[in-house]
Formats: sequence, C-alpha cells, structure tokens
Amino acid sequence: MSVRHALLALLSEGPKYGLQLREEFEARTGEVWPLNVGQVYTTLGRLERDGLVESDGTGDDGPQKGFRITADGEQELATWLRTPPDLASPPRDELVMKVLVALRVPGTDVQGVIQVHRKYLVQLMQQWTRIKEYEGESDLGLALVVDAELFRLDAVIRWLDAADGRLKRAAVEPPRPVPVGLPRLRRKVGVQR
Amino acid sequence: MTVLEMRGVSKTYGQHAAQVHALRGVDLSVEAGAMVAVMGPSGSGKSTLLTIAGSLEDPTSGAVLVGGAALSGMSRNAKARLRRRTVGFVFQDFNLLPGLTAAENVALPLELDGLGAGKARTAGLQALDGLGLGERASRFPDELSGGERQRVAIARAVAGERRLLLADEPSGALDSVNAEAVMRLIHEACKRGVAAVVVTHDAQLASWADRVVFLRDGRIVDQTAPLAGPESLLVPGPSQ
Repeated sequence: MSVRHALLALLSEGPKYGLQLREEFEARTGEVWPLNVGQVYTTLGRLERDGLVESDGTGDDGPQKGFRITADGEQELATWLRTPPDLASPPRDELVMKVLVALRVPGTDVQGVIQVHRKYLVQLMQQWTRIKEYEGESDLGLALVVDAELFRLDAVIRWLDAADGRLKRAAVEPPRPVPVGLPRLRRKVGVQR
Repeated sequence: MTVLEMRGVSKTYGQHAAQVHALRGVDLSVEAGAMVAVMGPSGSGKSTLLTIAGSLEDPTSGAVLVGGAALSGMSRNAKARLRRRTVGFVFQDFNLLPGLTAAENVALPLELDGLGAGKARTAGLQALDGLGLGERASRFPDELSGGERQRVAIARAVAGERRLLLADEPSGALDSVNAEAVMRLIHEACKRGVAAVVVTHDAQLASWADRVVFLRDGRIVDQTAPLAGPESLLVPGPSQ
C-alpha cells in the first residue's frame, strides 16, 4: 500500500491539511488501513523534499499547515497509477511453504493440514462477507477493499483445493518422470526479486 | 426450532465391487433462520445430501426429519406435498418452465398444492416484489437475464410458507455481482426464518453462511466455528 501515492491522490483534488489527509485516506479505504498522524507528516515531509508537494510553510507540522501537489507530483501520480505492481515473481508464501514442508515430514496427514488452513480461511471470508453485508452497500470504498480481500482469500482456498486434488491423484498415480530441460525452467520461475 | 435434521444418513449406489458410498453417516441439523453451506470437491456427496434432505431420494440408512416429521414413514404423496409446501429448491440452471411467465412459474407449485389460482398469483407476485422483480412478473424466462431468472427461481423457492430452502450451486452460472445478489436474497430469506442449505465448492458463496460444513468422501470432516463479529477484522483508527 503506497501511502505516498494515496496522499498525492488526495492532494490532486486540491490543497489540504495533514489531519484532513489522514481522515480522508481512512474514509476512502473503508477504514480498513488505519494511518497515524506521524506517518502522514513523515510522508508529507519526504514528498516535499522530493518536490512533489509544497506546503504553505507556516512553521511546524501543526494541524494548520496546508499542502498542495506540484506539477511533478501530478506527473508522479499519473505514472504510478499506470505502473503495474511487480507480480511477476512468486512471493515466498508461508502457506505454500507449510504444505510443501508437510509433504516431507514423515507421518504428517497433509490433507488434514490443508483442511486446517481451509477452515481458517473460510472463517475469515465469513467475517469479511458480514462486513460487506452490513456496510458494503453504503460505502463503495469499503466494498472494493472487502471484495479484494475476499478474492485474495478465495484464490488461496482454490489453491488448497487444487493441492488436495493433486495429492489425491498422486496417491493413486505415481508421478511421471520429469522431461529433460524442465528443471532449469522451474528454477528460473522460482527466483526471488 | 430445527427445520432439517439428518441423523446417521448413508447412501450407497450400486452393489458388490461397483458399490459407491456417496454419504457415510452424515449428521446435520439446521435451525430455522440459519444458513448452512456444505463445501466439498466434486464427488464428495454434496448433491446427494441435498436430494436426500429434499426427499427426492431415500437414504440407504439413517433418518431425515423435515419440520420434525420423519421422511421414512411418508408415502410418495406425502413427500410430494412436503416438497410443494415446505421445501424450496434452487438449482444452478434455474429450472424455470419456459412456457410460463415469471409470476406463473412462482405461482405454479402453490396452485399444484391446491391454492386457488388468484391467491397463488397474489402470493407469487408478492414473492417477486420482495426480490425486486415485480415489474418483470409477466415476462417469460427467455426475456429475463441470468440474474433475474435465478431471482425468479428463489422467489419460487420461498413463496408461500416454505421453511426449508435447498440450493445446489445457486450462483454457479452468474457473474460475481449477480452471484452476490443471489446470496443476499437467500440470506434475507433466512432472516425471515427460512432454514437454508447451500451446497457449493465456491468459498465466496459459502462465506455468506452462518456455518460451513466440509464434506469429503461422503463424510462431514469439519465445520467452521461460530462467527466472530465483523468488528474483529477492523482495527479502530488512532482517532478513536
């Protein structure tokens, strides 16, 4: 989550005070990501240093100090909006690790391990769905954040289901020999950023 | 009040070497007003569980009670009456009759149950109105969108005095916005006291339920804990 760019986005609407920026940031992200005032002023300080915002320069970082976006700031914001985040390298996902490790630990009921995580994720999704049910229709920002979280958790559950299916199949069908050339490709895909 | 109770329900298809155990000793209770989702992979017994709960199939062993009445002692006619009066079904492919309007589709089971045509139509329109489809009541299924057709199917399943709603992948063919609308409707029916069982492999659907049970190879292997309040996910902001 780029607080830096979120603040630039809020300032693109017009000059604002630090406290006001914090309140608007929280309101527009469905209050799912709390932000403390210190974080706001530290970020604004860096933005000012980089020439992306200007302040009206009245002394300390008090609640009365106003900020506005510069032309460079607007350019930076436009570039950021259209730059895809780096999703090319698989993250070192702890859940994936746990399932891979479970396969190697003798006597482990891997499907039991998978079910523990599946249940936990479904319970989390139930809670997010309740939030959407009660507040999602009146708060667009919150509905979008909750949807993102639900799709993310859903994807993890789908992976667990697929892993479960693969394990079931692997139990009755021995794995085929690896074709020549594939191991190198695998190593390349697994490279971390 | 328990609307659906399944006790030690097993179902076996075929014989000898070709025997398939679709359900093995399933215990499931669903109270009035509760929505239970049954999750499991293909072939885990989800649909069999639903057809047995709805009296469309008999279990090989075990007991099923709907509204306190045991299905095992019922005649075919009594079961058919139960399905017309007490149980509503929602399927992935809607199962609407193409030659009937939306209102007629909803009213038909009530008429078959002996309600006068006028009263059945009024109850049908009421159910459609409740789902925001009042203006589409005289349209035929092929004049409705997928989302609207499924809402008609839900209206049909909850019209009259139905107490048990059984849904098999009710939003399987719909996009996420319509799928959410369908789940909201089922959830609202539950708030009015209907007991619902939704079988699905989709976690987003299942997450609307009060309780999720996990089916594997015909057995219930796990279920979710009672729901914590949604506030547990939201951290109070520093200003609070």
